[in-house]
Amino acid sequence: MNTANSFRNQPDERGHFGQFGGRYVAETLMPLVLDLEREYRAAKQDPAFHAEFDDLLEHYVGRPSPLYFAPRLTEELGGAQVWFKRDELNHTGAHKINNCIGQILLAIRMGKTRIIAETGAGQHGVATATVCARFGLPCVVYMGATDVARQAPNVFRMKLLGAEVVPVTSGAATLKDAMNEALRDWVANVHDTFYIIGTAAGPHPYPELVRDFQSVIGKEARAQMLKRTGRLPDVLVAAIGGGSNAIGLFHPFLDDPEVKMLGVEAAGHGLDKEHAASLAGGRPGILHGNKTYLLQDEDGQITEGHSISAGLDYPGIGPEHSWLKEIGRVDYTSVTDTEALEGFQLLCRTEGIIPALEPSHAIAAVTKLAPTMGKDQIILVNLCGRGDKDIFSVAEHLGVKL
Amino acid sequence: MTRLSAAFAKGRPALVTFVTGGDPTPEATPAILDALVAGGADVIELGMPFTDPMADGPAIQQANLRSLGAGTRTADILKIAADFRARHQDVPLVLMGYANPMTIRGADWFADQCHAAGVDGVICVDIPPEEDPELGPALRAKGISLIRLATPTTDAARLPAVLDGSSGFLYYVSVAGITGMQQAAVGGVAEAVARIKAASDIPVAVGFGVRTTEQAAAFAKVADGVVVGSALVDLVGQHGANAAGPVQELTAALAAAVHSARTTT
Repeated sequence: MNTANSFRNQPDERGHFGQFGGRYVAETLMPLVLDLEREYRAAKQDPAFHAEFDDLLEHYVGRPSPLYFAPRLTEELGGAQVWFKRDELNHTGAHKINNCIGQILLAIRMGKTRIIAETGAGQHGVATATVCARFGLPCVVYMGATDVARQAPNVFRMKLLGAEVVPVTSGAATLKDAMNEALRDWVANVHDTFYIIGTAAGPHPYPELVRDFQSVIGKEARAQMLKRTGRLPDVLVAAIGGGSNAIGLFHPFLDDPEVKMLGVEAAGHGLDKEHAASLAGGRPGILHGNKTYLLQDEDGQITEGHSISAGLDYPGIGPEHSWLKEIGRVDYTSVTDTEALEGFQLLCRTEGIIPALEPSHAIAAVTKLAPTMGKDQIILVNLCGRGDKDIFSVAEHLGVKL
Repeated sequence: MTRLSAAFAKGRPALVTFVTGGDPTPEATPAILDALVAGGADVIELGMPFTDPMADGPAIQQANLRSLGAGTRTADILKIAADFRARHQDVPLVLMGYANPMTIRGADWFADQCHAAGVDGVICVDIPPEEDPELGPALRAKGISLIRLATPTTDAARLPAVLDGSSGFLYYVSVAGITGMQQAAVGGVAEAVARIKAASDIPVAVGFGVRTTEQAAAFAKVADGVVVGSALVDLVGQHGANAAGPVQELTAALAAAVHSARTTT
């Protein structure tokens, strides 16, 4: 076994990351999931597919995103150097577009003519609507009615881009219910519809292919860091909801033993209250096509996640993170709403960058970590989204009337 | 002969009925189950409520919410099953639901509980043959039938995998979609059932989107059984704790249509 010592050869043939992952879907979807896997294997071997993906990422998305040393934040924290991978500068303002480009190319390869997606805060919905406009495919985005009300600007963006936004009123009317409704649509329209899942979760091969598309973040960052500093970072830090930006940054570094990694979950009001930290406060179970850590009660009923960041309040997490936690390769921590708000303001003030609330969780974790490290050490943070979308909720939390 | 195989060996098509356990309350369910039996149902499917019923249409989604809202726990469902078995020794009872509530305490725990409660079979919507180790071996070890679903997307190459390890009956999902919504054309269903019958001796029951006596009779002409769920669940939604009467009435009409489908023209 020449790959026995690699952390980068998951999942296995059945789509399992250790005990996690898999394909827990209704029989109607199973043949389609198998088709998708075959098509993805073929695309992976096809230089033309990679060439088109790379071309779109460069000229449409604006990659590579910069690697930025944050001098004033570093100075303020008084410890390790803080660097940012600036995926918030991508077209549409977050890392989500990387994955959407890859998946829509797969959809077209498979001859699908209709796209569906789920969205929480609306970032993945906007990114999906964007690529659908770019390729001229009809797009239906399922969004919890609660989120539709909270995220009006993104709803309008999606509509401008030509997407139909369907408010979902079942359950608690948030992200997990939107995902249920997207699955219901998919099962009824398997013949012509491709489901663009927004995070590295769902039935195999989604966790794998989303990770692969998002790994452009880590591949670029690794090369950029080596070129700029001649060395690898000591610690990678990224926020985690479903975990696609984190796995995209981490995966290309998993076999570099000197690089530590920290995933930051949303502790909401606190781990003893309402939160969205599936790894810290959940346990393994089966939902939305995969086995992974879930927020749930003793009977396996799913409980609602809460976070100030609508992009993080999902009660599950991508299965590869569950595996990386269990084997101990990645450390996971969590940050409260209040701490994330402080991180948000800190970056605005020290670096002139307004981050999204999702990476504000990573920044908050860095404020605790950096002072404990030496000044010659390097922390690399994934700045996975910009904060334009969040200024309204931040103002509300700070008691400011706009 | 097991209770399930006996239900499909009466020399006529079988009526399979579904209601969600604990809907509208755990206390109300036994009378509704008794109404199904009194109405002439041959197999009873008892739904285990779940917060995220991804394969279900609005009718059964609402039933899940009503049940969970009434505080229904897994222990209540198992007690409803055990009490049913005490009242009805010969009527097969099948639990239907989603993977997480069935496996959260371990597949062996669930299989033991089903066995103790006198449950004959289990239908798990989101465990396809590819993930059989999650639940199948534990159920088979306890002599409980794992009832799989075949669908319009299950092609000839996949069918053997679906049949392998299935027992009791095969649930043919008549349309690619969710419960209680679209209606399938009888011709397509007849072909699909014939394909399955050519590959196996297992009884085939057709469900999803069967709401009226006419539809039930049409499918009963071409299959070993017909499953009706959403139409009954709608009655429970409408009549709540007083649903037993209307449920028995509809069940009796469905049973008459299904049982006589091959003898009338």
